Amino acid sequence: MMRILQLNLNSRARTDAVADNVLLLDYLREIVGLTGTKTGCDGGECGACTVLIDDIPRLSCLTLAASVSGRRVDTIESLAADGRLSAVQRGFHEKLGSQCGYCTPGFIMASVGLLRRNPHPSEDEICTALGSNICRCTGYVKIIEAVKYAAQLCADGLTP
Amino acid sequence: MTDIRAAHNIGAYVPMIDGPEKVSGQAKYTADTLPRRALAGRIFRSPYSHAEIVEVDVAEAAKLPGVKAIVTGADCAQTFGVLPIARSEHPLARDRVRYRGEPVAAVAATDDATARQALRLIKLKVRELPAYHTAADAMAPEAIALHSQRPGNIERDVSFELGDVEAAFATAVLVREATYNCAEVCQNQMEMHAALADYDAVRERMTVHASTQVPYYVHLMLSHILGMDMSRIRVIKPHVGGGFGCRTEALNVELIAALLARKAGGCVRLVVNREETFITHRGRPETDIRLKLGLRSDGRIAGVECECIMRGGAHSGYGIVTILYAGSMLYAIYDLHDVRYVGKRVLTNTPPCGAFRGHGTVDVRFAFESLLDQMAREMGLDPIAVRRANLLKAPTFTDNDLMVNSYGLPECIDWVERASGWKERKGRLPKSKRRKKGLGFACSHYISGASKPVNWTGEPHATVKLKLDFDGSIVLLTGAAEIGQGSSTVLTQSVAEVLGLDISRIRIVSGDSEVVPKDNGSYSSRVTFMVGNAAIDAAQNLKAVLIAAAARKLEAKPGEIECLGELYRAGAQDKGLGFNEVVAEALKDSGTITVTGNYSTIPESQGGKKYRGAAIGGTMAYSYSAQVVEVSVDEETGVVTVDKVWVAHDCGRALNRLTVEGQVQGSVWMGMGQAMSEEAAYHDGLMLTANMLDYRVPTIADSPPIEVGIVESIDPHGPFGAKEAGEGSLAAFLPALTNAVADAIGLRFNDLPVTPDRVFAVLEKRRRALNSPRPGGEGDF
Repeated sequence: MMRILQLNLNSRARTDAVADNVLLLDYLREIVGLTGTKTGCDGGECGACTVLIDDIPRLSCLTLAASVSGRRVDTIESLAADGRLSAVQRGFHEKLGSQCGYCTPGFIMASVGLLRRNPHPSEDEICTALGSNICRCTGYVKIIEAVKYAAQLCADGLTP
Repeated sequence: MTDIRAAHNIGAYVPMIDGPEKVSGQAKYTADTLPRRALAGRIFRSPYSHAEIVEVDVAEAAKLPGVKAIVTGADCAQTFGVLPIARSEHPLARDRVRYRGEPVAAVAATDDATARQALRLIKLKVRELPAYHTAADAMAPEAIALHSQRPGNIERDVSFELGDVEAAFATAVLVREATYNCAEVCQNQMEMHAALADYDAVRERMTVHASTQVPYYVHLMLSHILGMDMSRIRVIKPHVGGGFGCRTEALNVELIAALLARKAGGCVRLVVNREETFITHRGRPETDIRLKLGLRSDGRIAGVECECIMRGGAHSGYGIVTILYAGSMLYAIYDLHDVRYVGKRVLTNTPPCGAFRGHGTVDVRFAFESLLDQMAREMGLDPIAVRRANLLKAPTFTDNDLMVNSYGLPECIDWVERASGWKERKGRLPKSKRRKKGLGFACSHYISGASKPVNWTGEPHATVKLKLDFDGSIVLLTGAAEIGQGSSTVLTQSVAEVLGLDISRIRIVSGDSEVVPKDNGSYSSRVTFMVGNAAIDAAQNLKAVLIAAAARKLEAKPGEIECLGELYRAGAQDKGLGFNEVVAEALKDSGTITVTGNYSTIPESQGGKKYRGAAIGGTMAYSYSAQVVEVSVDEETGVVTVDKVWVAHDCGRALNRLTVEGQVQGSVWMGMGQAMSEEAAYHDGLMLTANMLDYRVPTIADSPPIEVGIVESIDPHGPFGAKEAGEGSLAAFLPALTNAVADAIGLRFNDLPVTPDRVFAVLEKRRRALNSPRPGGEGDF
C-alpha cells in the first residue's frame, strides 16, 4: 500500500508517496537520490546506514520510511554548511578517521548525534556512542581522535 | 627573494586528498550509481556442496513478466582465475557445483523484486557427490577429485630443504615441535561487492564499474569470459570501500553482471548482499601447521622444519602463490639456514580462499613466533634477546635468494622494548586473584610488491603519465587503484615533492581504463613502491621539460636553472619566471605536455630458482614490524582484554606519517580480529557466520589503544626510501597476543581464535588438574 510521507529531510520539507514496506535507507538512496547513506550489511549489523531522526542516531536499514512522517531526518549530506565541512567532518578528514570512507557517513552521523546531546564526551562515552558501528580500516584509534578533535572544534564555535 | 622555497610534503601529516568527498557523502562507490534504465541483477546459488548438474531449468523464470535476461553455465564455457596456470572457475557453474553458494544462474529484471521472484522459479536438478569440507577429508585416499586436473585434491604440493636440517637440530640444545591451527578468516570489507555493467549493443562495447582492487585483471578476465576484444571493454573503478585482498582478482560478480548485460542488451546493476559477499570469500584459508625449531644455548636458531596444510576452497584462486609465500617468507626476517618446508594447498568443497592482507605469511608467522617464545621461556631467555640473536645483517641475500637491502627490525625491537617498558614491567605486572596481566612480544615482515607480476608481459612494472596544459594544473594519470589505503594521496605527494609544488596543483585521475595507463593494481603492498617510483620518474621527466623551457626563456643553460616549484630562476639574483610563465614557454614546443614515468624491478630482486616457485617472495624491499601486546585475562570468565599495543614499523621512510600510522594501526587491529574473535565457521559446507554479528569483528569498545613508532631504514631503491606500510604489522599481533596470554596465565593457545569459551575451557581443565601441574609450568593447548 502506498502512503504519503511528509518529512523534514536535511532542513527541506519533502512529500513523497512511498510503499509502506520501503525502508528509510532505500527511500533515501533510491527515491531521493541521497547515496551518502550506505548499505553495509543485511540488516542492523554494521551501522553504515546511521542517520539522525530528531537528532537521535538510528539505523535507516531497520526503519520504515513511512514511520518517519512528520519527523526531522538528517543525513551526511546535511552537515556541510556553505560548502564548509562541519566539526565532525573535519575531525574525520584531518585526523584520518576515514580511510576507505564506506563506514564514514554512519560513524559521522553517530558522532554528530553524540555531540549534539553531549558536547564534551569522555573517551568511554565516545566508544559507547559508536559501539554499534563497524569500521574495517582504522582500528578505531583515529576515529576516537577525530571525535575528540571535533568536540574541541565545537567548543571553538563550529557546529558538529 | 630569499624566502622563496620549493614546497615539501614528504614526511608530513597529510590528510587524504579524497577525504573531503568521503566525509561529506559525495564519494561515489559502485552501488551509488543508480541509472534509471539499469536492470536489477540477482544470482541463483547452489544449495549443494558438491554435485553434478543434471539440469538448470530456467523456463518458468524466463516467462515471468519483467525478466529481461537469464544466464547459466551454458552461456559461458570459459574459466577464469588470476593465475594463468590455474584458471579453474566458471563464472556460472557448468557440469558441477563445488561449494554451497556457487553461482549457477543469474537473472536481470526490471526491478529487484521481480529478479528475486525469478530466482524462486529456477529449478536445479543434480546428482549429489561426496563433499569434503576439511583438508583431511579432501586428501583421503578414497576422495574423488573436485577438478580432474588436480588428482588427490592437491592444488599445489611444495617441498624444499635448503641446508641440512637434521645436522642443524643435532647442534641445538633444545628442539621443540608444536602444532597450530588458524581458523579461516574473511576480509569483511565494509562495501559489499557490486558491479554495474553497461553493454552498448550498437557499438559492441562493454563498460563495467566494479568494486575492485585490480581493474586491469578485471579487464583481462572480462575479455576472456565474454570473448570480446579488450579494446571493446572499459573498466571503471569508482571509490572502493576496502579490499584487504578480497578484490585482488576478478570476481564472479563483475563477470556475471557483464554476461547479463550483454544478453539483455543493456545495463545491469548487480549488488550482492553481505551473506553473498562472505560466500564470494577470498579470505585466509584455515591452516594447520606443524613446526619444529632448534635453539642453541646462545639463542641462535638451529634448524627449522615447517609443514603447512591449507584448506583452500573449491577453486584455485591465488592458492599456489599462498602456499609458496608461507614457505618462502619463513626467510628474510631472521638469519635462517637449514630450513625444510612442506606445504599442501588443498581443494575442498568450501568457498574459494584468496589473498588476505599479509598473504600467506600470517599463520606461519604466528606459529614461528609462538614456538620461539615458548622455547625462550623454557630456556630462561628473554624473548627479545632471542630475536636479537638471530638478526640479519643487510644488505644480504637469504638462502632462498631473497634480496634484503634495508632492515630496520633491530630499531623496531628497540622502540617497542623502550616504549612498552618491557625491561621494567615484564614479569612484574600486577596480578589479582581473578585478573592476570601479561606482556607478549613478536615480530613480522612483508614484501613491498611482488617483483614478478602475475601476468608477465615484459612491460615496465609500473607506468604513470603526467599531463600539463595551458591551465597550469598537472594531471596525474594512474591505474593504481585507490581503495582507501591512500595511494592517490601518496602518488600526488610524490609528484608534488619532485616539482617543489604544493599538492593542490596536482589533480589525480585513477581507475578508468579509457584514460589511465594500465596498472597491475593494489595488492601485495606494491603501489607506494612500484607506482611511487614511476610517479617520481614522471615528475623528474616533467621537471626536465620545464627547466629546459625556463633556460630558453631566461637565456641560460639548463644546469643553471634552479627550480623552486612556483619559481624557476637562473641564480639567486634572478627575478626568475613564475610557474605559469614556464608552462607557457614549454607549451610553445609541443602544445599539451604529456610525460611518462616508468619503474621496473631489478632481476636480483626476483627470487631464485632453488625450488619450483622460488620466485614467490621476491620483492624490492621488505618492511619489518615488532610488537608488544599487554593483556588482562579474567580467570573467572576467560575473557582476554588487550589493554595496549606498542608497534614499531620499518616502512623505509614515512612519506605520509598520518596514513602510515593509520595503515599500521589498521593492520594490527585486523590481526587482533583474527587472533581473538573472527572465524568463518561451516556446517556441512554452509557458512554459519556469513553476517557481521556471527562473524565477530571487534568493535570500538573491544579495541585497544595502538601506539605506533615509525622506523625509517631508508631503502636504497624505495621512492624517497620508502617501503610498504599496510600489511607487515598484521602478523605479529597474533603471536604477541598468545605470548602475552601465556605470560599472564601460563597457558599457551596454539589454536586461533583465542575466544573466551576456549580460554575458559582450558582454565577449567587446569583448575581440575591443579594437583598434577605440567612440567615447565606452561600448558600447551
